[in-house]
Amino acid sequence: MPEVLAPEGAKELRFRDPAQAKALSAALGRVVGEVGRSPVSVMHVCGSHEQSIAKFGLRAILPRDLNVIMGPGCPVCVTDVPEVDEAVVLAQDGVRIATYGDMLRVPGSVKSLADAQTEGAKVDVVYSAAQAADLARDTTEEIVFFASGFETTAVATAAVVLADPPPNFSVLSAHKYIPPVMEIVAEMPGTKVEGFLAAGHAATITGSAIFERFVERHRIPVVVAGFEPLDILGGLVKLVELVRDRSPRVENMYPRCVTAEGNRNAQAQLWQVFRTVGGQWRGIAHVPNGNLRLRDEFAHVDARRRHRIDVRRLWTRSPSTLTQVCICGNIMAGIASPAECPLFGKECVPETPVGACMVSSEGTCKIWHQYGGHPDL
Amino acid sequence: MTATTSLRSEALITLRHGAGGRAMRQLIGETLAAGYLETKVDGIGLAAMDDGAALRIGDRWLVVTTDSHVVHPVFFPGGDIGRLAVAGTVNDLAMMGATAPLGLTCAVIIEEGFRRSDLERIQRSMQETCREAGVTILTGDTKVMGRGELDGIVINTTGFALTDRIVPDAGLRAGDRLLLTGSIGDHGMALMVKRHGLAIEAELRSDVAPINGLIQAALAAVPGAVTAMKDPTRGGVASALHEMAEKSGVGIVLHEPRVSVSPVVRAAAEMLGLDPFQIANEGKALLGVRPDAADAVLAAVRAHPHGAAAEIVGECIADHVGRVILDTGLGRRLLVEAEGEPLPRIC
Repeated sequence: MPEVLAPEGAKELRFRDPAQAKALSAALGRVVGEVGRSPVSVMHVCGSHEQSIAKFGLRAILPRDLNVIMGPGCPVCVTDVPEVDEAVVLAQDGVRIATYGDMLRVPGSVKSLADAQTEGAKVDVVYSAAQAADLARDTTEEIVFFASGFETTAVATAAVVLADPPPNFSVLSAHKYIPPVMEIVAEMPGTKVEGFLAAGHAATITGSAIFERFVERHRIPVVVAGFEPLDILGGLVKLVELVRDRSPRVENMYPRCVTAEGNRNAQAQLWQVFRTVGGQWRGIAHVPNGNLRLRDEFAHVDARRRHRIDVRRLWTRSPSTLTQVCICGNIMAGIASPAECPLFGKECVPETPVGACMVSSEGTCKIWHQYGGHPDL
Repeated sequence: MTATTSLRSEALITLRHGAGGRAMRQLIGETLAAGYLETKVDGIGLAAMDDGAALRIGDRWLVVTTDSHVVHPVFFPGGDIGRLAVAGTVNDLAMMGATAPLGLTCAVIIEEGFRRSDLERIQRSMQETCREAGVTILTGDTKVMGRGELDGIVINTTGFALTDRIVPDAGLRAGDRLLLTGSIGDHGMALMVKRHGLAIEAELRSDVAPINGLIQAALAAVPGAVTAMKDPTRGGVASALHEMAEKSGVGIVLHEPRVSVSPVVRAAAEMLGLDPFQIANEGKALLGVRPDAADAVLAAVRAHPHGAAAEIVGECIADHVGRVILDTGLGRRLLVEAEGEPLPRIC
């Protein structure tokens, strides 16, 4: 079970200090000016970064000439339709599904898990893989943990799989692996991205050195940054400095949590349980090595091998035509912003999302809807 | 397939319809309230969608409000369903400006198999809360339903009170200051932590309490200075402020650093990916106050035991009508309402 410790006020202030934020924002403006062209475009690949930028209102103090693009950093949003369908079919067959709260409203081909729940299926919201396993211990029912998330949460799932879970517990993995999708974005024709802000929490597992090969191959700088307002502003200053100096390298701006080699134990557990396979990321592309699936040794814990899942049964009516208008893919690829989508805030709102970006609190559209993509307040 | 599963989900009531946000207001407008909205009422009727109704009786107002209480678990840190049922209705009356309730009615529906000792514990709690609020229960009704036909216990209370002056939730004017009577998020977070079995080291307690005494002190401080009131229950401060801003035709600027959130609530909310502004409170109020009287009203509220942590947290503006702008101290953003029950996010 997760534990919460009350933070000490002073510690919290260190990374949320308005005066320091103002100074960093001014420094960022200077460095962007020194690049000498407009706009300078960088991308973050983490929903938590966007969440923080939005929550603290940072877009209001970013320089006008800096374009901070939101990349495919929301694991819930890139969960593909067939993966949702698998969970929905299992739920309809009477299997109890345990999953993270924001997976409930992700649209499948015809319905979401929340729809299935309203119609009588058993769906439990859990906070962790461990809690899902606990749920299985308390019952004889089949429990399937519908697991989403990048390497950070995949490690937690791996730990549960390795800790001898109860026999009625299995995992439907929709886990994704972030490094391959950065390659896709970097190689995308017409990409404007000049630097990447990498996710601090994922890097605590993988280590910052994992980005060295990427930088070498694409000559694009990568800065690992944390999630407090000053972490993000400091990370952006460093990233734009590297762009200005034409000096592509990896910088770790989150050294209080991230090391070059990362958490070796966690990596060992991750790769003991999972292997990478290619797969579709919703709205993005087929991402080689982008999906994490359970290895053969863990077939007994793999919901896909434990249950017969036939998603074709679901297709009793054709999917909404609105989904064809949705531009989630372009938004997640950083090519378009939510304001350019004709559905945004009209047909597509958090209560009745059309695209997955409007579902998760890590999704770009949801965040823009939630906090307002308005820098001029 | 049963009859239920063959129904398309859009045709069914979902939990978000009960979460206190836009979906709920829309459902009520389209179904339950339809047909009464046009009825002329001498006072405040259903069309105002306020905390309660007000009818003119001579030169005074009779304020009536009703609320059904369901809560899981029935006993939670800081309170229980009995305390909630009394405080909730007393506070709804107070939010209309009626701080001296004449009495409450109480209807209880109990599930077969409910423990008698639990019922007695709830009854004692209701009695204690009534004493705190200076109110009594005048009449009631009791039903028992079969096992599985409802979850434990449901309590409905209706309250009525007389007042000389109604304070609506739509009375904000540009320039008014916003007063918040204390810390936010305590009730909802205490329940969520208990409901989902999260291990939290520090204590999280609901703030559920009758605050009619506190409101009376605020109203008496400078007569006529309080322009609007609302208690930020379901949907939290975000929903309450939106409703006030929309109905009043003003914009609101809220200063986040002045809003009190206990360190434990803040930590738990960050861990679960929840926004304290969207979490329910059961012993707090938001007051619109004329700018020249703000300090005097604040002093009166702070002098009351339930208002020690009160603060002026924002002001009303003439533009951005219906919007709530949050000044985070670092930058600015829009505050928006929760859609449906707050769901914990993944990472």
